[in-house]
Amino acid sequence: MDEKRVMIDVDHVTIRFNLSNQKVDNLKEYFIKFLKRELMFQEFLAVKDVSFQVRQGEAWGLIGTNGSGKSTMLKAISGILKPYRGSISVNGTVAPLIELGAGFDPEMSARENIYLNGCVLGHTEKFMDEHFDEIVDFAEVRDFLDSPLKNYSSGMRARLGFSIATMVKPDILIVDEILAVGDYKFRQKCEKRMKELLSGGTTLLYVSHSIDEVKRLCDHAIWIDKGVERMQGEAKEVCDAYMREMKK
Amino acid sequence: MDKTKNKLVLFGEEFWKYRDLLRLLVTRNLKLKYRRSFLGYVWSVLNPLLIMCVMTVVFSTMFSRNIENFPVYLFCGQLLFNYMNNSTHQAISSITGNSALLKKTYVPKYIFTLAKITSCLMDMIFSFGALLIVMLVTRASFSWHFLLFPLVILQLYLFCVGLGLFLSQANVFFRDIGFIYNAVTTAWSYLTPIFYPLEALPEWLIWCVTHLNPMYFYVAQFRDLVYSCTLPDPSMVLAGCGAALVMLAVGIWSFIRSQDKFILYI
Repeated sequence: MDEKRVMIDVDHVTIRFNLSNQKVDNLKEYFIKFLKRELMFQEFLAVKDVSFQVRQGEAWGLIGTNGSGKSTMLKAISGILKPYRGSISVNGTVAPLIELGAGFDPEMSARENIYLNGCVLGHTEKFMDEHFDEIVDFAEVRDFLDSPLKNYSSGMRARLGFSIATMVKPDILIVDEILAVGDYKFRQKCEKRMKELLSGGTTLLYVSHSIDEVKRLCDHAIWIDKGVERMQGEAKEVCDAYMREMKK
Repeated sequence: MDKTKNKLVLFGEEFWKYRDLLRLLVTRNLKLKYRRSFLGYVWSVLNPLLIMCVMTVVFSTMFSRNIENFPVYLFCGQLLFNYMNNSTHQAISSITGNSALLKKTYVPKYIFTLAKITSCLMDMIFSFGALLIVMLVTRASFSWHFLLFPLVILQLYLFCVGLGLFLSQANVFFRDIGFIYNAVTTAWSYLTPIFYPLEALPEWLIWCVTHLNPMYFYVAQFRDLVYSCTLPDPSMVLAGCGAALVMLAVGIWSFIRSQDKFILYI
């Protein structure tokens, strides 16, 4: 077979949010609204009928303006959101970096958090034992291992989160604009790491507002505008078209 | 038929994959509870012991005449009821409290509820130390029946898991659940013979408690084993298992039905 395995198949996906004006989250309001027949479901489609296929080893950039549904798309691929219509099938392990260190507990030490976050990503404790030193060295936090994470700076936290998620060589890496907090040196390091993973066969989905970064890292791109797909294809072409539109 | 079997297999695989997460969450809950306290885990033993002392002093003047060895009688009920009370109260906020994580990564959602119930179970098992101390001090009789207590605890655990799952999913949609449940558990604790003998109740209430209160099934079995050193009545065991399985089924069913909608409400 010439064609590489399809890692992510997004098939005519529509994602719906409940945009009720006031959130009804207690019984009293619920009953009042129910009696007044005001329990309307104001729907808001964050992503409308988008399809694309990502093959093994490809790097896709998702571009678009703020609130165009990029992050929602990534959340659906990671399994956090269920699509309203259409289907998403994913082959392989996904490391979602939607927010670095989402699973961190500020009261616990970095050492404990590395294990906790690793397990949140679906790894076993034994596996984390084996990779512990690698993670600590990449994040450069060895001197602070036993202090609680609440005393860490946001940059340190981001470094730790990134190294945990990428040290484990996932099949699919999902990166959502998280490197903005790191300093220049760390961004360079992350980019290098992502390139290493890419050459090792990892598939990358990348959201960034830095078009240069998308051009540098990705070979394909999809442009989503207000939930609707505008264009997909070679990264350079899509990025150029996007920039032309933005400059208008 | 094939499809349901497939789902079960998937569930099993996922549970196995995240087993270390469950263990870490349980140890985290226990660690955080006693972090920065001098006595640490000793509090799991000391705390029920102190409360029991207070309650014994208060209630022994009221009921001690018809109950022999009141401290052990009280402790058996207290231990089990407190476990149910604490674990389900903590379970209520287990989904809403972890919203940051659930919004950012995919984790099986029931793990958080299960972790709360399980860490409370560990806590209760530490508290068995206190029960042993009370039994030794009051020179209560020990027998091999005592060793059968895990069978009762297992029923109670399944019951609490079911109840916890139900409450935690309901709390996502209605945040009032926590307050309502507070009142429910207060009533429940008075309707369970913990610090009074069952016979102190009027006849019709006795019928209600012995037939409709699941906590009575567990407390009664546990007291038979530990306090009276006899085997529990088979009908009690049956009722206890039945209540546990029904609650578990209700919990799982309601949780599965609503878990995909959590993300829109947390």
